[in-house]
Amino acid sequence: MSSNFQWDTFAEAFPYVLQGLGMTVGLTFACFGFALIFGFIWILLRRLPLKSLVWISTWVMEFIRSTPPLVQLFFIYYAWPVIPVVGVTLEPFTCAVLGIGIHYSTYIGEIYRSGIDSVDKGQWEASTALNFSTIDKWKRIIIPQAIPPTIPMLGNYFIIMFKEVPLASTIGVGGILFMANSYGSLHFAYLEPLTIVGIIFFILSYPSSILIKKLEVKMNTRFDKNAILSKSKKKSIQGMNLEGSDHIV
Amino acid sequence: MFFIGTDFQSDDVPIFLNHFSFYNIQKKGMINISAIIEIIPQLLRGLGITVTVLLASAIIAYIVAFVAGLSRVSKNVILNKVAGIYVEIFRGTSLIVQLFWLYYAIPMLFGIQLGSNWWTGVIAIGLNYGAYLTEVVRGSILAVDKGQTEAAIALNMSSFQKMRLIILPQAVRMMLPEVGNYTIQMMKATSLVSLIGMRDILYYGDIMRSTNLSQAPLVYVVVLFTYFILALPFIWLTRKGESLSKKGVVSQ
Repeated sequence: MSSNFQWDTFAEAFPYVLQGLGMTVGLTFACFGFALIFGFIWILLRRLPLKSLVWISTWVMEFIRSTPPLVQLFFIYYAWPVIPVVGVTLEPFTCAVLGIGIHYSTYIGEIYRSGIDSVDKGQWEASTALNFSTIDKWKRIIIPQAIPPTIPMLGNYFIIMFKEVPLASTIGVGGILFMANSYGSLHFAYLEPLTIVGIIFFILSYPSSILIKKLEVKMNTRFDKNAILSKSKKKSIQGMNLEGSDHIV
Repeated sequence: MFFIGTDFQSDDVPIFLNHFSFYNIQKKGMINISAIIEIIPQLLRGLGITVTVLLASAIIAYIVAFVAGLSRVSKNVILNKVAGIYVEIFRGTSLIVQLFWLYYAIPMLFGIQLGSNWWTGVIAIGLNYGAYLTEVVRGSILAVDKGQTEAAIALNMSSFQKMRLIILPQAVRMMLPEVGNYTIQMMKATSLVSLIGMRDILYYGDIMRSTNLSQAPLVYVVVLFTYFILALPFIWLTRKGESLSKKGVVSQ
């Protein structure tokens, strides 16, 4: 291990680490897409007519949310293939998408719920009065009003997931952290490549968080944000304001 | 999860299940309770590390958040900027990267040996969540109604009195649910210290998995439930905090 920080090593490690960037960004998009879709399943489960099923799905959600994503990732990667009948061996990338995607889908489901709850009661009544079918009611009335105001919050979660994706390096997905560690083990210099990883994360996530704050301001003027916030505050949920930007109304 | 209660006939049991060294499969193929009973004490050897890392990093995070949060609302430009840079750096990069970075950087750059990786984990988790909580502290202080500040000024209070007697008692209540949430996040993050060689719950789980892969499902399910049980008090506190945070607060 080199005794101190060396710029030569830094320059040498930079292109090597950068090879993993495509994988990290791609995995982020894959996980986020999966979570966006899976979040709807939680909403559906929450709206089942059977009380006991709703109760079970609420606690399953709580369970997934309050246990470490790293352990969930290991479960899918190491334990799932061993389970008889249902077990299948999956690629590390698929495991990462499933693990991180399912973990964050519980948060995204809560965001959807806060959006749906914020739709005015009159809208539900009006669609019933106009004899809309259930599908039409959701497709034409509720979803178009419920989802757009939550876009900044979803954007925050995109950034959070981007920062959580390096967990996948533990099961061998070749993102930037994986590349940095492999460079380190090849050249016995860990500090420089890891510094590069930190810089890359900062460069990508900081401007996007500023962008999302701007988007939020734009959305506030377009939608009646106060109504949404006062309702979502009532049901303040775990990790909802992870970026802390929703505090100032 | 899928072992438990799955009623295999002995003929249906796949071949590898016969090689279980850790627990026995009964004739009927049911996974017996004794398997779980054997796993639990193995895992609980790591409970001490998990809990102490959580407590220490939580204390560091709360203190850092309080100091940096007050700096963020202070009129002192230097304090404000320094706290702002701290928050952006730690929120802008990912915790696992910070953990690895500190793991290599502390002995190298600063020439200090912390004695054990325990401190590395505690410092990384504490500073990372301290940055997130800083924003919670700042947001709560700013969310206290402006009339409260004006009233304090009208009552001729010093700015210290105003903070201590008027603003903070209300802001702290508002913080409670978020602090609970972040404490759960921190509990989840403690599992990362197994990656730098700390012997926490996940570490012992990984050891058991690597000695016998076939028992991996049961091991990880028990690990997950152990973490969930650790989280339960905080989940309860968070829900309690939500109702408590509304009492006696004038917010905008």
